[in-house]
Amino acid sequence: MLTKKDLLGIKELSVEEINLILDTAAVFKDVLGRDIKKVPTLRGKTTVNLFFEPSTRTRTSFELAAKRLSTDVINFSVPTSSVVKGESLIDTALTVQALGADFIIIRHSSSGVPHLLAKKLKASVINAGDGTNEHPTQALLDAFTIREKKEKIEGLEIAIVGDIAHSRVAKSNIYCLKKLGAKIRLIGPPTLIPKELERMDIDVFHNMEAGLKDVDVLMMLRIQMERQGRGFFPSTKEYSRNWGLTSERFSLAKDDVIVMHPGPMNRGVEITSEIADGPRSVILEQVTNGLAVRMAVMYLLAGVKR
Amino acid sequence: MNILIKNGHIIDPSQGIDRVGDILIEDGKIKEVHIQGKEQRAKPPPTPPSPSRGEGKGEGESLLSESRIIDAFGLIVIPGLIDMHVHLREPGFEYKETIKTGTMAAVKGGFTTVCCMPNTFPVNDNASVTELIIRKAAQEGLCTVFPIGAITKGQKGEELAEIGTMRKEGCIAFSDDGQPVMNSLIMRRALEYSKAFNVPVISHCEDLTLSEGGVMNEGLLSVTLGLSGIPAEAEMIMVYRDISLAELTGGRLHIAHVSTQGSVKLIRDAKKRGINVTAETCPHYFNLTQDAIKDFNTNAKVSPPLRTERDIEAIKEGLRDGTIDIIATDHAPHHKDEKQREFDMAPFGISGLETALSLSLKLVQKGILTINQLIEKMTLNPAKILRIDKGTLKVGSDADIVILDINKEYEVESERFASKGKNTPFEGWVLEGMPILTIYRGRAYER
Repeated sequence: MLTKKDLLGIKELSVEEINLILDTAAVFKDVLGRDIKKVPTLRGKTTVNLFFEPSTRTRTSFELAAKRLSTDVINFSVPTSSVVKGESLIDTALTVQALGADFIIIRHSSSGVPHLLAKKLKASVINAGDGTNEHPTQALLDAFTIREKKEKIEGLEIAIVGDIAHSRVAKSNIYCLKKLGAKIRLIGPPTLIPKELERMDIDVFHNMEAGLKDVDVLMMLRIQMERQGRGFFPSTKEYSRNWGLTSERFSLAKDDVIVMHPGPMNRGVEITSEIADGPRSVILEQVTNGLAVRMAVMYLLAGVKR
Repeated sequence: MNILIKNGHIIDPSQGIDRVGDILIEDGKIKEVHIQGKEQRAKPPPTPPSPSRGEGKGEGESLLSESRIIDAFGLIVIPGLIDMHVHLREPGFEYKETIKTGTMAAVKGGFTTVCCMPNTFPVNDNASVTELIIRKAAQEGLCTVFPIGAITKGQKGEELAEIGTMRKEGCIAFSDDGQPVMNSLIMRRALEYSKAFNVPVISHCEDLTLSEGGVMNEGLLSVTLGLSGIPAEAEMIMVYRDISLAELTGGRLHIAHVSTQGSVKLIRDAKKRGINVTAETCPHYFNLTQDAIKDFNTNAKVSPPLRTERDIEAIKEGLRDGTIDIIATDHAPHHKDEKQREFDMAPFGISGLETALSLSLKLVQKGILTINQLIEKMTLNPAKILRIDKGTLKVGSDADIVILDINKEYEVESERFASKGKNTPFEGWVLEGMPILTIYRGRAYER
């Protein structure tokens, strides 16, 4: 049983709660493999996707997960311009709740927004990414994928490569995988890896070749083009030359390494097509597992005693 | 109206008084101070205005209707406090605070003199805005208000404002506050030019290029909360720059709200070298660490940001050894709606006037300062820096007096603030010691 009505971040979850979500997701993955992929579990409930930041994959995944559970789904996209127009964040959220929402899935460019709204709303708030804080369902689906492929998480050497500083995916994955007993290492330029993280018993490598040695799982992060020219690295070309995942470098990792990417990918920048489309890639399976994990989260939150 | 305050423990660092005694107030001025004890008996005990209803008339009649005796036995009697760093928001942001509500909050908190920062709308960068503030304060204010003028026009950091003219109109210090002058040449000129008018230049030390986008102290917590960090170095770099410029120019530099260990060290060293620098800190910088932000509490979002335990210890030591001369509030009231929003977008600031004295008394309770030293940092020292005849109980000065009960406990309830700004991270704290009566120019305000 989950104890809180909201899923705000991995930081707030216990190991037991994480395992419960992953085990439940396994059940839903079976459902998704059936001919009829829909269950009536949450019929009559309403889900609102409240996205203050553009997103296609996460929003679609949540929408489909909600529909597979038979809830009604409304997409309430709030382009930043209408926020500028004047309606406050809390007013927008209260409006959505007044429409009868049971689940409010929130994405926002400012860290902490789901936490603020969770306090104001009776509905279950699910964090679909807040600023550079967390993206908990991504970390859960990544853990699910690793567990499925490697049959365990404890003791694995997992490398996260790229822009850690600005990545909520990286943050959530660090918390989640550490809680589950994995050994984490971060690889990338010093400008993109906060040095404070070393205090969390995490190894940091600025040299890609050294970092790839003996790695079981390789998570590549998207390099955002906006970062170049702002002092984080001089050009994507130089980034790619030093930290891009090429076939030569890839051979340094373990033979049975799996390669993950939360998408969307910059092919030729952080990862080459040969690897992204190659046999060690589980990138598309991550997407499929995302559905099962999000169904599990909604199902479990619906069961939380209020 | 005459008031006699009897049997209080009088503490007035400006005269070195720390004894039980009586104070007689007449026509808004301090008429007599009588100290009990042999060697300090300089004057005969003041004659109490007759409390008994007699058959007299004339002068006795008026005393009868207007005089009052306050028994301050067991209480501490101090000069009205001076806060040289507040934001009164008027003109322009009256929804956050007005001169009236801000000075009400001041009086409630034991302050009888406040200096308001120029970041109003329009900015107090010319004599007409200064005049407006002074006129409003005279009409509606409950205590003395000294405006602080902007260093540069529009606080833009490009061109000096008319410092001399504003000085004449009543500004007693100059600062661009939250928009610090980034151009070192302009800051040099400000420190040089202000010497002609003998006014301090107050610097909010923050290297804006280094702190860009930051909303809290940089460290592991900012990383794990996903909030942009402001490194301690953003403050230290500017403290060092401004100390260097003060040394170069011989201007009077006052460093606002010191928040880091590094700044304390730099200021201590500068003072040792005889540079003309003074410094302040605020109660939140020695009572709270960045942990107050956990769970994205925007009421703990303040500039400079709350730092770490190590910084708190250094600030306490700086207060103890005199490196930090004064305690100010940086009272920064905001509307509730502005604070109840995305952490990134919420404005910086804490509504501080009504909790400052109690929070500062913690330094006395913990044995870091004596009560004398604390009162000195909130009366005599700011008066010296600003060169004003306030914060004293000298005979003939304005009867600005606070009666303090250092044992009284109470819970902080922002809803009961006189300030419009309810933004405090101290909500629910139980504090010990509060001003129970503030007298401003002979008028008494009970808390």
